[in-house]
Amino acid sequence: MYGGEVVALVGDNGAGKSTLIKCVSGAHLPDTGTILVDGAVAKIRVPSDATHLGIETVYQDLALCDNLDVVANMFLGREDTPLALLGPIEELAMEKRSLEVLDTLHVTTIPSVRQRVASLSGGQRQSVAISRAAMWKAKVVILDEPTAALGVAQTEQVLALIRRLRDRGLGVVVITHNLHEVFEIADRIVVLRLGRRVATFAHDGTSPEDVVAAITGARAQVES
Amino acid sequence: MSAADAQLGRSPVDGIRVVAEYTWNRLRQGELGQLPALLGLFAIWTFFQVRQPTYLSARNVSNLVLQIGVTGTLAVGIVLVLLLSEIDLSVGSVSILCSAVLARVVVDQGWSWYWGIALMLGVGVAIGAFQGFWLAAVRVPSFVVTLAGLLGWQGVQQWVLGTTGTINVNEPHIAAIATTTLPADWGWGLAIGASAAYAGVRIQDQLRRRHVGLQAKPLVVVAVRTALVAALSLLVVAVLNGDLNGVWVFGKTIYINRGVPTPGVILLGLVVFFAWLTTRTQLGRYTYAIGGSPEAARRAGINVTAIRITVFSLCALLASIAGLIQTSRLAAASQAIEPGQVTLEAIAAAVIGGTSLFGGRGNVWSALLGAVVIGSVANGLDLDGQQPYVKLIVEGAILLLFVTIDAFARRGRRRSGA
Repeated sequence: MYGGEVVALVGDNGAGKSTLIKCVSGAHLPDTGTILVDGAVAKIRVPSDATHLGIETVYQDLALCDNLDVVANMFLGREDTPLALLGPIEELAMEKRSLEVLDTLHVTTIPSVRQRVASLSGGQRQSVAISRAAMWKAKVVILDEPTAALGVAQTEQVLALIRRLRDRGLGVVVITHNLHEVFEIADRIVVLRLGRRVATFAHDGTSPEDVVAAITGARAQVES
Repeated sequence: MSAADAQLGRSPVDGIRVVAEYTWNRLRQGELGQLPALLGLFAIWTFFQVRQPTYLSARNVSNLVLQIGVTGTLAVGIVLVLLLSEIDLSVGSVSILCSAVLARVVVDQGWSWYWGIALMLGVGVAIGAFQGFWLAAVRVPSFVVTLAGLLGWQGVQQWVLGTTGTINVNEPHIAAIATTTLPADWGWGLAIGASAAYAGVRIQDQLRRRHVGLQAKPLVVVAVRTALVAALSLLVVAVLNGDLNGVWVFGKTIYINRGVPTPGVILLGLVVFFAWLTTRTQLGRYTYAIGGSPEAARRAGINVTAIRITVFSLCALLASIAGLIQTSRLAAASQAIEPGQVTLEAIAAAVIGGTSLFGGRGNVWSALLGAVVIGSVANGLDLDGQQPYVKLIVEGAILLLFVTIDAFARRGRRRSGA
C-alpha cells in the first residue's frame, strides 16, 4: 500500500475482504498474522489504535449517527475541547473546519453542515463519511463497498471524491463487487479468495476476464 | 431538499423567512420537539382555570411547584438514560432507599445533616455505577437490571427502615428544603438574572458566528425568544410572589406562602446544569451518539461502556436528590411510597416532554416540561375534587396520547428519508 494510489480489493462473498479490513481498522482482533505500517509491526487492538497509525475506515454501513448533525459526526470522538468529557465543545471552530474540509474535497452537495445526517441522501452521507476519514491526517483510507447503495449520479460523485483523495497523496483501499468501478479508479487490483491473496494486477495490461478468473479460482495465478 | 435548506447553507445571515421555512420543514419531518407538550399544557391550564378560578392562583401554583420537585428531578435522570437508548426503572426505589439511609443516619445515629446528605448522594452514585456496570459491561439489558433494582432496592429500603416502617425527620436543615421559599426580591433577581444570562449566551453565540463568517440567525429571532423567556419567568415569579393576587385570571386566595419554593429553584438549577452538560460537553455529545448508533460511537473510538456507567450513575445521583426533596416534603422516610408509580411518572414526564423512547432524540428541558404537564393534571384533578382513580386513568390516557404522537413523528421522519 502506497500513498497516492487506489488499490481495489476484490473477491467473492466470504473471501475475507471485510474481515481483513476489520482487522486492520481495529474492529476485530485477528487470530494470527502481523500488520506492517511503514515497515514496523503494528499492534491494532481497538479502533483508536488504527486511527493513531493514520488508518481511517469508512464502513459499508457508514457508522454515522443519524441523530447528530454533519459537524458532530465529522468530529465524533475527536471534538475540540479544553478538557476531555466535561470541557465545553468548541462548536464554531469545528463547524469552520468541517466547511473547509468539505470545500477542499469539492463536496458541494451538502446544503448545511448543521443538518442532521438523517435528512441526507445516501450519496451525501457517503460523502460525509469519506470526508471525515480524510480530514485526520490519514495516510490510508479504507472504503468498504462505498457505492453499493447508490444511484448512478451519486456513484460518480463518490468515485470523483476517491480520485481527489488519491490526488492529495492518500492511499485508498476500495472494496467492491463492481468490476466496472474497479477498472475506472483502481491503480492496483488485489484478489482475495477463501481468505488468501491469490493475485495482484496492475491496472494497465489487465483484462476484466483475468480478474474474474482469479476471483472464481478458474485459473491458478502466480503472484505478479 | 428544500429551498430553505439550501439557503441556510449559503447566506451568511439567514432571513427570517428562511428560518421560518426551515423550522416548518423540521416539523413536517417529524422533529416535533417540545411543541405537543406546550400546546397540551396550554389546553390543560385553560380547562382547569375555567372549572376552578383558583387554579392559577399564587397558592395553587406554589403547590404545583412543590409537587413537581420530585418527579421533575427524577425525570432529568430518566431523560439522560433515554438519550442513551436505555431505560432506568429503579429510580423510584433508589430515591426511597436513599431517603431511608438519610433518615437512619441523621435521626438514629445522630450524624449531622450535611454528612447524612453526602452519604445519601454517595449511595445513589454507587447504586448507579453498580447497575451501570451490570448493563454496560456484563451486557444484561437495562430493562432487566433496573427492574431487578426496582424490586431489590425497595426491599433494602424496608430493611434499612426497620420494623416501624417510617422514620420521622424533623432536622431543621432538611425540613427547610420543602418549607422555605426564595425571598421575593431574590425571586425577581433570579428571573432577571436568568433572562439576562439566556439573552447573553444566545446573542454572543450569534455574534461570534457572524464574526468568524458562519451562518447566523437574525438577531430579531434571538430577541423574540429572549423576550418570551423573560416574560414567562417574570410572570411566574410575579404569581409566586403574590403580586398578582386577585388580578385577571390569577384568582384571589387568602393564604399565600410568598416566593418561589426552594424545590423549584433546585429543579431549575439541575435542569440548567444538565441541559448544559448534554448540549455543550463531550459527555453529552457521546450520550446522544450512543443513543443514535452505539456501533458508530464505538468505531469512533468512544468508550461506550464508561459513558453508559457514568450516565447511569448520574441518573441515580438525581434519584437520590429527589429522595432528599421527598424526605423534606413528607418530613419522613416511609415505606408508604409506591416506588413503581414514582418511577413510571418520571418516565411519563420525560416522554410527554418530548424525549423519544427510542434514543438519541430529546433534551433535558423536556423533563421540566413533562413534569409540569403531569403535575398540572394531577393538581387540577385534586382541586376539582376528583377521586384518585380518575387521576390514574387520565394520566394513563395522556401518556398514551403523547407516545402515539412520538410514534407518528417517527413514521414521518422515516417517510422523509430519515
